Amino acid sequence: MSSILVQVIVGGLLLGAVYALFSSGLTLIWGMMNIVNFAHGDFVMLGMYVAFVVWTLLGVGPFVGAPVAALVLATLGVIVYFGLIRSVMKGPMLAQILGTFGLALLLRYSVFWGFGANFMTLPENLVGGTYDVLGIKLQASRLLAGIVALLVTLGLHLLLTRTSLGSKMLAVAEDATAAQLMGIRPDSMQAIAWAIAAGATGLAGALIATFFYIAPTVGETLGIVAFVTVSLGGFGSVPGALAAGLLIGVIESVSAYWIGAVYKDIVVYSLFLCFLWFRPQGLMGKM
Amino acid sequence: MRLKHIVGLLSAAAMSIALAGVASAQDKTVKIGGIYPLSGNAASAGVHGKAALETAVDIINNAHPELGNLPLAKNAGLAGLGGAKVEIVFADNQGSPAVGQNQALRLITEEKVVALSGAYQSGITLTTSAISEKYGIPFVNGESVAANLTERGFKWFFRVTPVAADFAKIYLDFLRDMKAGGTKTDNVAIVHENTEYGTSVASVIASVFKENGLTIGLDIPYAANTTDVQSQVLQLKDKKPDVVIMVSYTSDAILYAKTMQALDYKPPMLIADNSGFSDPSTIKAVGKQIQGLFNRSSFAIGPPGSPTFLINEMYKKRSGGDDLDDTSARQMQGFFVLCDAIDRAGSTDPAKIQAALKATDLKPDQLIMGYKGVKFDDKGQNILAAGLVIQLQDGENYVPVWPKQLAKSAPALPYKGW
Repeated sequence: MSSILVQVIVGGLLLGAVYALFSSGLTLIWGMMNIVNFAHGDFVMLGMYVAFVVWTLLGVGPFVGAPVAALVLATLGVIVYFGLIRSVMKGPMLAQILGTFGLALLLRYSVFWGFGANFMTLPENLVGGTYDVLGIKLQASRLLAGIVALLVTLGLHLLLTRTSLGSKMLAVAEDATAAQLMGIRPDSMQAIAWAIAAGATGLAGALIATFFYIAPTVGETLGIVAFVTVSLGGFGSVPGALAAGLLIGVIESVSAYWIGAVYKDIVVYSLFLCFLWFRPQGLMGKM
Repeated sequence: MRLKHIVGLLSAAAMSIALAGVASAQDKTVKIGGIYPLSGNAASAGVHGKAALETAVDIINNAHPELGNLPLAKNAGLAGLGGAKVEIVFADNQGSPAVGQNQALRLITEEKVVALSGAYQSGITLTTSAISEKYGIPFVNGESVAANLTERGFKWFFRVTPVAADFAKIYLDFLRDMKAGGTKTDNVAIVHENTEYGTSVASVIASVFKENGLTIGLDIPYAANTTDVQSQVLQLKDKKPDVVIMVSYTSDAILYAKTMQALDYKPPMLIADNSGFSDPSTIKAVGKQIQGLFNRSSFAIGPPGSPTFLINEMYKKRSGGDDLDDTSARQMQGFFVLCDAIDRAGSTDPAKIQAALKATDLKPDQLIMGYKGVKFDDKGQNILAAGLVIQLQDGENYVPVWPKQLAKSAPALPYKGW
């Protein structure tokens, strides 16, 4: 195998880890309350802007920016839950879709208004430069995002399966009325789910900002990938999103290299549709 | 859905026919439609274009005797229409050809604009100008370069900018000069985004090069809104072309600059075809990582006190401090050409404006661009458009480097990167 091909695959894995990282929040919200958050891509975008503001004001990188972004977005998640989601959940499915879609536009155009349309970037070597391992280039910023993706996935998985908070959240997801009878407050659990999901998304945005461009419309570009990742991984499954992210990343990279960049989406989406044909619940989703 | 659209178009057409001829020459303001990407991925370019047109309106509507021979600058308003003021009704094409088309329809039928300008992306200029053609409304384009825009036999479409074939010729002559100086230029790769703009510019460059015995060894099309360009950069790294020509919009231009550094790839010579690599936000974001990049341009800010310098100062107040780049300057020039024609027509009657546009004959000292003039052929293309090669040499500033008589410094090779 040529070293270039290895580089292509490694690049694909790192890209896939990033896809997984910004998809986990989306899948968590779905798993908790069967809501598709169309504003998800714009949450990522906000995380990027928080990291940018932190860097501009304090001159520090993602080691401060990412936690701050997670906190800011977690707070926003709770506000969104109480201000919007709790009411639209009582309405028809269409209200939920349009509600979060409206939120997406509100966030996008607020940032537009506040920061302007200009593209921005964080300085190139904020996280460290590029490592050379046996001729394979590993960009520190992408590596960091990849590692955090694994940790976040593991953390969310452990939270849901090993802690009492996780059990309570799952109980609410399973049957909110029954959970309420057991003394669990569905409102609190769902608000916590929104905080965690939005927080993880903010974290993802802040890390992606270290190697991507920052613009008000970036959520559109990234949001679509998140939806594909989550449906391939199985709606509601956090480990599924990780597996799907890595898979999509590698398929994209290899097909772009071998067949051509314009065809990579055709390859990814045809495989995606074929896969859903045989396994509509996704890699690790439940029917 | 489709039927609804057709019915909508037909009824709008009927309405506009009914309303035609109502426009009177007594109107105090002349309404012109401006369709630009004010949101979506190209919003940065659209917002700069909007600032350029607003600067032009300021120059036209107020007296600016300091701006030399620039038409319409000396006195306030359009003298040919009794000092009427110009007003632009902006519309957002959202980066979509279909949205652009709907906006053109709205501007013509509801806002009653007398002419249109826009629409930045060639693919959207294509669809919006089809609407103005249908309604018999002049459309003046200052910046879209896809060849076929003026190959459609349109009667109401006028284009001021040099086109892909002109640039291809500039690149070819430039590369020949470089080759004569000992630089290797045999193996050329083109990397281009895959909408109307990138595809047509790449194919024109390929055919002009081929006619002159230079072959394109590698052609890499990609989608402009892509999330990742690692594979494309690795393809280049693998094939090692002598010259890489990039035809990109802003978001992808930034990704390429960042990815080339991350993967430690420097082609011996990197040429960018304007657009994304001319966007001030690209230069601000990644300018330091693409030092030595060649680009094309027809605009220079000029020495302090010169008309272009003064216009740039006015523009900076509206652009948040960014300088006029080649793209926004070409947009502004296109708008001046349109307003000059309306002024000479002395009327807002579309047919009279069209006739005035056909009779346009502007000299170099009446322009802000470095064109040899503005004069349209039967297809509506400016035959006097011209350009030069610039290089990012000095931090965040492009410097003219070719041809020699216009150069401020010599082309620096090889490509330096970061």
